[in-house]
Amino acid sequence: MGKRILAGTHFMNGDEACAEGAIAAGCTLFAGYPITPQSEIAEHISVRLPEVGGVFIQMEDEISSLAAVLGGAWGGAKAMTATSGPGFSLMMENLGLGMMTETPCVLINIQRGGPSTGLPTLVGQADMMQARWGSHGDYGVIALVPSSPQESFELTVHAFNLAETYRLPVLVMSDEVVGHMYERVDIDPDKIEVVERKKPSLPPGEFQLYKPGPNLVPEGMPSFGDGYKVHVTGLTHDERGYPVLNAETQHQLVVRLKEKIAANSDDIIRVEETATEDADVIIVTYGISARTSLGALNLARDKGLKVGMLRLITVWPFPEAIVKSMAQRVTGFVVPEINLGQIVLEVDRVVRGDAVVRSVPHAGGDIHDPAVILEAIEEVFAHAG
Amino acid sequence: MPVKSKSLPTPELLNDARHPMEKYLRMDRLPHIWCSGCGLGTTLSCFTYALDEMHWTDADVGVVSGIGCTGRAAGYLNLDSYHTTHGRAIAFATGLAVVRPEKKVVVISGDGDLFAIGGNHFIHAARRNVNMTVLCVNNFNYGMTGGQFGPTTPIGQKGTTAPYGNFENPFNLPYLAASCGAVYVARWTSLDARRVKEAMIEALKRPGFSFVEIISPCPTNYGRRNKIGDGLDELRYYQENTVIRHGSDPRHAGIHPGKEIVVGCFVDEPRPTYLDLYNELVVEKNQFEKPSTLKKEI
Repeated sequence: MGKRILAGTHFMNGDEACAEGAIAAGCTLFAGYPITPQSEIAEHISVRLPEVGGVFIQMEDEISSLAAVLGGAWGGAKAMTATSGPGFSLMMENLGLGMMTETPCVLINIQRGGPSTGLPTLVGQADMMQARWGSHGDYGVIALVPSSPQESFELTVHAFNLAETYRLPVLVMSDEVVGHMYERVDIDPDKIEVVERKKPSLPPGEFQLYKPGPNLVPEGMPSFGDGYKVHVTGLTHDERGYPVLNAETQHQLVVRLKEKIAANSDDIIRVEETATEDADVIIVTYGISARTSLGALNLARDKGLKVGMLRLITVWPFPEAIVKSMAQRVTGFVVPEINLGQIVLEVDRVVRGDAVVRSVPHAGGDIHDPAVILEAIEEVFAHAG
Repeated sequence: MPVKSKSLPTPELLNDARHPMEKYLRMDRLPHIWCSGCGLGTTLSCFTYALDEMHWTDADVGVVSGIGCTGRAAGYLNLDSYHTTHGRAIAFATGLAVVRPEKKVVVISGDGDLFAIGGNHFIHAARRNVNMTVLCVNNFNYGMTGGQFGPTTPIGQKGTTAPYGNFENPFNLPYLAASCGAVYVARWTSLDARRVKEAMIEALKRPGFSFVEIISPCPTNYGRRNKIGDGLDELRYYQENTVIRHGSDPRHAGIHPGKEIVVGCFVDEPRPTYLDLYNELVVEKNQFEKPSTLKKEI
């Protein structure tokens, strides 16, 4: 049997690190469809899964890829798929099924420039709102954004854990630059925590598939053939899982799907603060843009400007409370992202005029020039007088 | 084509009458939503009788369905049952089948779900020979949404979106299934309840991708718009127009109004399943330890 956890120090790219993270977390099924710039995930995991007793299946498209992942999850497997822009659009249908049926799994999007075929080989971060709102209907979302290969490994493990804990498909919203960049990745088995699937504590007959616990998450998930005779449906359903098509059931179910994330957001949210203690201006950013912003931060500090950075590791749920409290003590926020202004809308919504919010949009194809971010920072300082 | 029947007396309901296959049904979900005269009830009964004859329980089999009238079948079966998105039942079932090869996954869905929106998944699952049985209830139209024409509507037949009669060439389902590599292909009508049950048993026993088409009346939509009459009239039409030709070339099994409908078993030919080949060409060839999921396959 091959090694599930590849302990040691490696030189690998972000895509390969995602694949290793999945295997370390116990993934035994990967279903996917080739697309640039995620193909290295599929290629790497197609080598590794058979070594550790898993199955790699290349499906006919991204629609079936996520469908097969959901099926595999109900079969008892930890399952994952990975894609990029156009494939992410195709997955929105079954992302909704995964949300509605509360199916634990992981979906990685190595973002490239869009819309449509866009820039297949070049970077973008313009799927961030699609990650939040892409499938029809209301539901809560967890989306993690790595900034390095090391973090691609760690956040993929974490995504599997969150999927099991909160019972939903968890999104890892990486990007082409992080996906293709080669860096040192340290894998220390002692530092890897894995959450296993919670099985029902009640016997068949007493167990209700969608009866939530105190944290609003259903308690226990039986696999195919466990004797629970589950009914799993994308229709609005009651706690038994049976379709009940009326306003009352819709309210109970959909509010819970949203609230199970909102109510647990303090436990879910991870951010990293750099030099924020004395900062007058804070850069709010994520993914590869956080690394470019670090350059801008250093340039600003060299000029004596008190600038800090809030790096969003969890973009969804959005770290509202943290940004809101910062808004009370800073002059403004600068939000660089490789899109025409998506997460800046959230910052603006939360800040509510308590500070200046300045977007640093970039249409994609390459990363920001740190000088452009610095310029935006200086404008905010100038604005404050 | 239209055959009018005399109205029949309503049978008296028996007190305390129970469905003999109650153990396979979610009694708390009944009555079902299907129209009287529809072949879905018969098909579902045949399936439960097939399971009973094989002594299969929920430990052996689970059901996946898509969307539409037939898509609701999963919800009435007292098995692990998964009611998925429109057209994606086979894709979902593929994931389920590769991680639980010791069990049989059965997809029960309609002609629109499986062959229009889901057509791509059908041909690829058949090509891969994934271990699953697909039962297609073909009523020649989209019943749930009000009788629109679909990928199996015969030429000239009307639907709510084919007001002048359908002019698109329909799929011949046994031919499609056979050419994609299904190991077992049969077609019956819902009139042939015993043969439907027998075909289901044969399909369920075959390792790999097996397919049974069950032609069903849709008196509410298809039958009414095409002046076939009620459900019983459509069954009578089948009685008078079907011919059994086991082993015949499925390319001659196309359905044309007023012409004979060929039924029977067209293909029964084993070949290695997806996991057989994975096991042989990936796991054993490279001397990987056999994963627990690959140790047993029905």
